[in-house]
Amino acid sequence: MKRLYRVELAIKLADRVYEYWIRAPQVAQHARAGQFLILRLHERGERIPLTISAVRGDAVRVIFMAVGKTTQELATLRAGDSIMDVAGPLGRPSEIARYGTCCVVGGGVGIAGTPLIAEELKRAGNHVIGIIGARSADLLVLEDEMRGICDELYVTTDDGSRGAHGFAADVLKRLLGERVIDCVWIIGPAIMMKITSGVTAPYGVKTYVSLNPIMVDGTGMCGSCRVTVGGETKFACVDGPEFDAHQVDFVELMQRQRIYTGQEKISLERYAEHQCRCGEGGGSHG
Amino acid sequence: MADRPASVRINDFEEVDTGLTPDEAIAEAERCLQCKKPLCVKGCPVCIDIPAFVHAVAEGDFRGAARTLKEQNMLPAICGRVCPQETQCEGACVLGIKETPVRIGALERFVADWERQEGAELPEVARPTGKRVAVVGSGPAGLTAAAGVARAGHAVTIFESLHEAGGVLTYGIPSFRLPEDVVRAEIDQVLALGVRLKKNHLAGRSVSIDELLGYDAVFLATGAGLPVFMGIPGENRNGVYSANEFLTRVNLMHADAFPGFDTPVLHGARVAVIGGGNVAMDSARVARRMGAKVFLVYRRREEDMPARKVEVSHAREEGIEFVTCTNPIRILGEECVIGLECVEMSLCDLDESGRPSPEPIPGSEFIIDVDMVIQAIGTGPNPLLVSLIPGLERGRRGNVVVDDNGRTSIPHVYAGGDIATGAATVIEAMGSAKRAAAAMNAMLKGE
Repeated sequence: MKRLYRVELAIKLADRVYEYWIRAPQVAQHARAGQFLILRLHERGERIPLTISAVRGDAVRVIFMAVGKTTQELATLRAGDSIMDVAGPLGRPSEIARYGTCCVVGGGVGIAGTPLIAEELKRAGNHVIGIIGARSADLLVLEDEMRGICDELYVTTDDGSRGAHGFAADVLKRLLGERVIDCVWIIGPAIMMKITSGVTAPYGVKTYVSLNPIMVDGTGMCGSCRVTVGGETKFACVDGPEFDAHQVDFVELMQRQRIYTGQEKISLERYAEHQCRCGEGGGSHG
Repeated sequence: MADRPASVRINDFEEVDTGLTPDEAIAEAERCLQCKKPLCVKGCPVCIDIPAFVHAVAEGDFRGAARTLKEQNMLPAICGRVCPQETQCEGACVLGIKETPVRIGALERFVADWERQEGAELPEVARPTGKRVAVVGSGPAGLTAAAGVARAGHAVTIFESLHEAGGVLTYGIPSFRLPEDVVRAEIDQVLALGVRLKKNHLAGRSVSIDELLGYDAVFLATGAGLPVFMGIPGENRNGVYSANEFLTRVNLMHADAFPGFDTPVLHGARVAVIGGGNVAMDSARVARRMGAKVFLVYRRREEDMPARKVEVSHAREEGIEFVTCTNPIRILGEECVIGLECVEMSLCDLDESGRPSPEPIPGSEFIIDVDMVIQAIGTGPNPLLVSLIPGLERGRRGNVVVDDNGRTSIPHVYAGGDIATGAATVIEAMGSAKRAAAAMNAMLKGE
């Protein structure tokens, strides 16, 4: 029995950045802020985790950067194409409560994870400040959407091509100096989360980060995603993916993210070569 | 029936044992004494009428033998391969007192393989009762309960979180012990009873607790999927795997065939596998087939290993180096693994398991030069779903507390397999699932 998950909408947002809506009723109907899904494109595919970015009816949205073999292959799919497996929602939902003033920070493709959290925080009665940052204007995603959800939105780019010149951490630091912020979420690349959460530490502000280690099953069975939090080993897939930022061993996380760098390169080169040969006919194939 | 030579089989993932020919099967079956009070049946956790099926084989009636097997066991090709018959049916066989017992496991496998080739016949299914039963997990316990309840006419839905059914049969046991097509064929037979399988459905996440408890009966068979780590320094270095992860990458995701398959796995040149159970043997033998020099590090003696004797000898034949009476204390290296520091153990008084309890010998530390470490020291009950169900009583180790019939603290919720018993064998999981299925059928009939 093959159950396939249909791509309902496939949009290129920026260079190598894509927004996909995938029909997966069991995921969409139960998804909460902070959770992720795991997809497998085909019989030979690997299982990759992606943050659930939004939900509409029976469809879920994911936003990803096509950097590895699987994400590049995913990016060749068009509306109407199918994905073999989508499992989820996985992980514990965000700790949503009425904190007072909350700040939701997204970096790069990590911005994908911010709207659901901002929305649920808003619904819980918080004053929600959004900070989204990217390397440059063309890589900045979901600005309008976040502006619509948040009470205040700050935009930064590393090169100053849009919003403030600099990092999300700079804005966060300034805000922390100006007023009371009760809770912070940071979602982005590991290094960005490390640096940005360092900003909140001196203020003793509760800060959550959404960790993105390598996973296989995503249900607590393999331990591939183990991370050290407060000196204890935790499984990001079932104990997280969100953890207290100030307890996370980011150096170990980044080290473990590099395990398969060599294999990933081989896989990608092989795929590029294959695409090249098949691409001569002019069509992409999904 | 013969084992393929070790020098050949370490180059592939094909089965070690080639199985019986029809003539060999008949000759073996003819050895059975057809005891009036068969002890073998008492040794079988799923109560197969062993003398009857063996008799049918002796008569050359393989179809009849298959029918008898499947009356009690829907997974005979699997059980024929992975059951520890030496401690069960064959261990109880009276022939074993003076000579070798009837090779019941090999006969079970022969019959099931014969039927798979000739075309499977399905057992009868009762008329639909209109009752709905949810089974969580599609491993040996889940499949067995699903079959038992479906045959009574209830509408069964299995929720499986992975993209393939089978649980440990699919992600855990390597194909040289249990080929993928054998597992798939027997799962298909269970599904052919009218069982619905919902893959990619993690109960408690993709299926709400309310939705789950809304079924007329629920069977929890989520297994002992939680890997245990030793808790020694260096455990999170790149190149340290749980056996679950290593085996899942290879068995389920086919990482050994990377880049033909997209999932990667590290190929250690020198690999230490820690543990002495069947999972440790499986991990060691998989690593060996991927080209590694493998050290099996175990804290007691070889004769104390909980693995089946046949698995231990297969591992030895395949060139796995046993480092016994040795306990790892530290994994060395910066980012990656460069060695495993161990200490020698002396064996002292017998502990509660009846085995000598190992104690470290001061000053005996030494280093095994390895670039990969696989920890196969056991698994705990998967806590995810069971911790989300309010009012479900759990034991100290997180297992679901059940009575002899698999009843939990919630009236219409049953549990079986490793989530209830703690990590055990495939057949013990199936035995507990069978009893629970019978209890569920009785409950559903009574309402």
